[in-house]
Amino acid sequence: MPKLLIDDREIEVPEGMTVLQAAELLGIEIPVFCYHPKLSIAGNCRMCLVEMDKSPKPIASCAMPACEGMVIRTQTPMVQKARKGVLEFLLINHPLDCPICDQGGECDLQDITMAYGGDASRFELNKRAVPDKEFGPLIETAMNRCIQCTRCVRFATEIAGVTELGAMGRGEDMEISTYVQKAITSELSGNMIDICPVGALTSKPYSYRGRPWELSHTPSIDVFDAVGSAIRIDTRGREVMRILPRQNDAVNEAWISDKTRFAYDGLKYQRLDQPYARGKDGRLSPVSWDDAFGIIVDHLQHIPGDHVGAIVGDMADAEAMVALLDLMKAMGSPHIDCRQEGIESESGPRCSYLFNTTLAGIERADFCLLVGTNPRWEAPIVNARIRKNYLYTGLPIALVGPFHELGYPVDFLGNDPLVLEGILKGKHPICTALKNAQHPLMIVGQGALRRDDGDAVLDVTRRIADKYGFIKKVQSQSRDSWNGFNVLQIAASRIAGLELGFLPGPKGYNVKGMLNAARRKKIEAIYLLGADEIDMSAFKSTFVIYQGHHGDRGAAFADVVLPGAAYTEKSGTYVNVEGRVQRGLNAIVPPGEAKEDWKIIRELSGKLGLELPYNTIEEVRERMMEINPLFDGIDQIRPASWVDFGKAGSISPEPFHPVIQNFYMTDSISRHSVTMAKCVQEILKLDKRIADHD
Amino acid sequence: MLENSDRIFTNLYGFQGWGLKDAKKRGDWDHTKALISKGKEWIIQEVMASCLRGRGGAGFPTGRKWSFMAKDDGKTPRYLIINADESEPGTCKDRDILRYEPHKLVEGALLSGFAIGAHVGYIYIRGEFYREAEHLETAIREAYEANLLGKNAANSGWDFDLYVHRGAGAYICGEETALLESLEGRKGMPRLKPPFPAVVGLYGCPTIVNNVETIAVIPTILRRGGAWFASIGTPDNTGTKIFCISGHVNTPCNVEEAMGIPLKELIEKYGGGVRGGWDNLLAVIPGGSSVPLIPKDVCETVLMDFTSLAKVKSGLGTAGVIVMDKSTDIVSAIARLSKFYMHESCGQCTPCREGTGWVWRMLTRLADGIGVVEDIDRLEEVTYEIEGHTICALGDAAAWPVQGLIRHFRPELERRLRK
Repeated sequence: MPKLLIDDREIEVPEGMTVLQAAELLGIEIPVFCYHPKLSIAGNCRMCLVEMDKSPKPIASCAMPACEGMVIRTQTPMVQKARKGVLEFLLINHPLDCPICDQGGECDLQDITMAYGGDASRFELNKRAVPDKEFGPLIETAMNRCIQCTRCVRFATEIAGVTELGAMGRGEDMEISTYVQKAITSELSGNMIDICPVGALTSKPYSYRGRPWELSHTPSIDVFDAVGSAIRIDTRGREVMRILPRQNDAVNEAWISDKTRFAYDGLKYQRLDQPYARGKDGRLSPVSWDDAFGIIVDHLQHIPGDHVGAIVGDMADAEAMVALLDLMKAMGSPHIDCRQEGIESESGPRCSYLFNTTLAGIERADFCLLVGTNPRWEAPIVNARIRKNYLYTGLPIALVGPFHELGYPVDFLGNDPLVLEGILKGKHPICTALKNAQHPLMIVGQGALRRDDGDAVLDVTRRIADKYGFIKKVQSQSRDSWNGFNVLQIAASRIAGLELGFLPGPKGYNVKGMLNAARRKKIEAIYLLGADEIDMSAFKSTFVIYQGHHGDRGAAFADVVLPGAAYTEKSGTYVNVEGRVQRGLNAIVPPGEAKEDWKIIRELSGKLGLELPYNTIEEVRERMMEINPLFDGIDQIRPASWVDFGKAGSISPEPFHPVIQNFYMTDSISRHSVTMAKCVQEILKLDKRIADHD
Repeated sequence: MLENSDRIFTNLYGFQGWGLKDAKKRGDWDHTKALISKGKEWIIQEVMASCLRGRGGAGFPTGRKWSFMAKDDGKTPRYLIINADESEPGTCKDRDILRYEPHKLVEGALLSGFAIGAHVGYIYIRGEFYREAEHLETAIREAYEANLLGKNAANSGWDFDLYVHRGAGAYICGEETALLESLEGRKGMPRLKPPFPAVVGLYGCPTIVNNVETIAVIPTILRRGGAWFASIGTPDNTGTKIFCISGHVNTPCNVEEAMGIPLKELIEKYGGGVRGGWDNLLAVIPGGSSVPLIPKDVCETVLMDFTSLAKVKSGLGTAGVIVMDKSTDIVSAIARLSKFYMHESCGQCTPCREGTGWVWRMLTRLADGIGVVEDIDRLEEVTYEIEGHTICALGDAAAWPVQGLIRHFRPELERRLRK
């Protein structure tokens, strides 16, 4: 561990750390443009120059490894002169259009110039003009402002794995560009906006709509996939203006997917802002809350409790689920399910539905087997982690399932479920690699489980995990435990639902059973909590209560519509793929007469005379902890112990089907987002990837 | 003055053939096996003893550079790269070695490659050196046919392969790490140092990058001994050097002379004197376009070696002597060099990318007499903001000529502004 002296303060740092990082540990600020902690080091902006003893020239602290006995000075006249000089150079060709620049107020160049720059320009020639580039529907470019730090190029190449950006030309003619002016096809492209230190890359949907100092920031959790990325919701008044990532190295590092970032405009269209009821004419018309509850009470009075079912959608918060769970119990119905797509294999032990390795654990893997999954679309953040591992260690990755360009080389074993049996029997060429791996990782996607033989597929994957050492129990000496078996969920509400036990009770129907029972009139009323992705035709003669935030498929079929809150409008608890309990805060209030979801259910329980025993959200959360103590540990993971699961059965040779056909439109919010529609038009259609799947 | 018998490049002017047969007559490939059989340590020792300084411009002692190379672990490949991307304005020494003495280079490559433990060498040759590359490729083919390269090269027991890689004519690719990037197939942009190529170089392996002239003198040093080479020239600046005399002289030429020869003698004796006589001399750029010019009074006495030229705030660089007589528009001449550096800046790091263009534009205005006297100070300050703040030395190279101009010709600049 080298010891060095920075500004006369001694610090000992781990081997391999740079001078800049050492200074950061001491709380010494060194201004940077091109350096980004998550990207490779470019050392090209020269802003971080510091003085080093025995070196006649200042050194780039971002690129210089901290060595034993170094003496660094960051505040000398030499350093100040260098910083001033670099800033002067950056500014001579930078348009001073800060008043109309979206980056204004949160611009590194602005801030650093205020702190370290000169006071007046000495440049009296014409500034360089650079044509703007077309980056697609998400990123607005103003290339005059570009300072050629190449953060975006490095992000695209390293993190996103799409080599679509580069620096063209030399010297002062160097321009950042896509090769042939086409949209960037990465699902993570929006992060380039965040890492751009100036206003060269800004958000297209957000352009000219707000200034950073007008916005309120609310920390929250993303619900568009099951990763539970940490987000910051920026609002002005009652409007969500934009969504940004928060850094959480355990989950999303510093990145979020484009759907997470840009689908928020779907929150402004087709919202349910007041209760509706279906009239005699068969049309939904607005009613008051009292009337809506009255109609429900009238209907449910005549229906036995075990003829009522409840299904939860993919974006529900745990609070709403626990309220609905308790209400259904009070009504005496065992027919509840949180797996709206009708999967049956998930009611097993925790280790059978969690991402056991944890997201950060992906980086420790030395072999990766993907089964029936396209992580690039099902969880772009997981895909970025896999790519990160590939980039640093050359992780070998094999895929059984539909082929998709993932951003790293993949050994495609074919889209044939029977390959799994071959691997289990040790008859597949990949077996040697599996045997030799110390930390093998398997990711089983929903495409492999959402089928009739899902249980059998799960069983085979579990046996493969057992056979090839995917699970290494804690050993006394090395303390190196490893669980390489993972199921990749795609619904934000799923793990919380499973942990709360939102599953069919004794003699209860699951989703498929409910649909069949509804056709046979054994289910006479169904409560849909944001569940849109089910076959509504089964409910032709069923009394349908839909509670949710969008007038989507479910609401269209409902007899009574109860307007709930979207994820930005409620304080909710979510459990992500790895079983991490996370809590988001409400950034704005729900529109119109809409209410937070647990409150609606609590109110209805009163009207039904089955009053639920909680009146505040704290009491709801206490109830959650009562059901499962897991919910006590916010931001924590409780590892699942490894036990047997799955049901042996025969696997059909039918190929796995991709579970997401269209990354940009997967739920009631993104389906109503104009931005997402543009992405489909300009990125997917252009890429012909949709056609491939159809 | 250098004795004829001490000249290394005896066919510098191409009066004899350049093929293997003629090269052998001049002593090339003579008992190469015996030299190799003396071992790596002996070769490095002799090169150390010769005090040979790199001929590419920076003048770093070659023996020391070799000794910095990472230890041979027997697994990682090691590479020898020969930098034949000679693009420095005013310099054409490597060109003539490639044309007329290619076998000196090829033999030097084998000996140096053996010394540093490399089985593979690449010669990165400037794209514009079209015919020269043909000569080089022919020489390499001849060497392969005579078993002087390849498996068991020259019967020495050492396997050595040599490849020619043509550049595309970018000046920056002569910078050793940009050369490595280009050789690996990427855009020629200098790498951050440390790590130095001797530790992490081509394809991440230990690599030595040497100039053509450096490698080409190695066989002669080994044959005649490091002590012989060290006895020529001045201490710290030993041996012979090819000087390229161009500009306003009567007979521009390349000439091999001892290090430390007086500049005046060089110009008078080999360049045929300044056009219009010595008194017509205005200034000399003594080491290729990157170094600051020196005015006539300095030229009277200065010696042509690294130390002496550094003392007069210039440098030996590549020893490309550009002579300018009094008919020269000195401001425009330096402005032209500034334009060259603006054009050749790779654009990677800020001071060079933004600064070189600004300097050129300011200098062009001054050449036209536009502006005020303070503009000269600003120009000078800007050059100091570039110098030393960049990833590679191109920033320095762009700044120095302008600094030299202001140092020695400020009255001329001010005169134009008063007009």
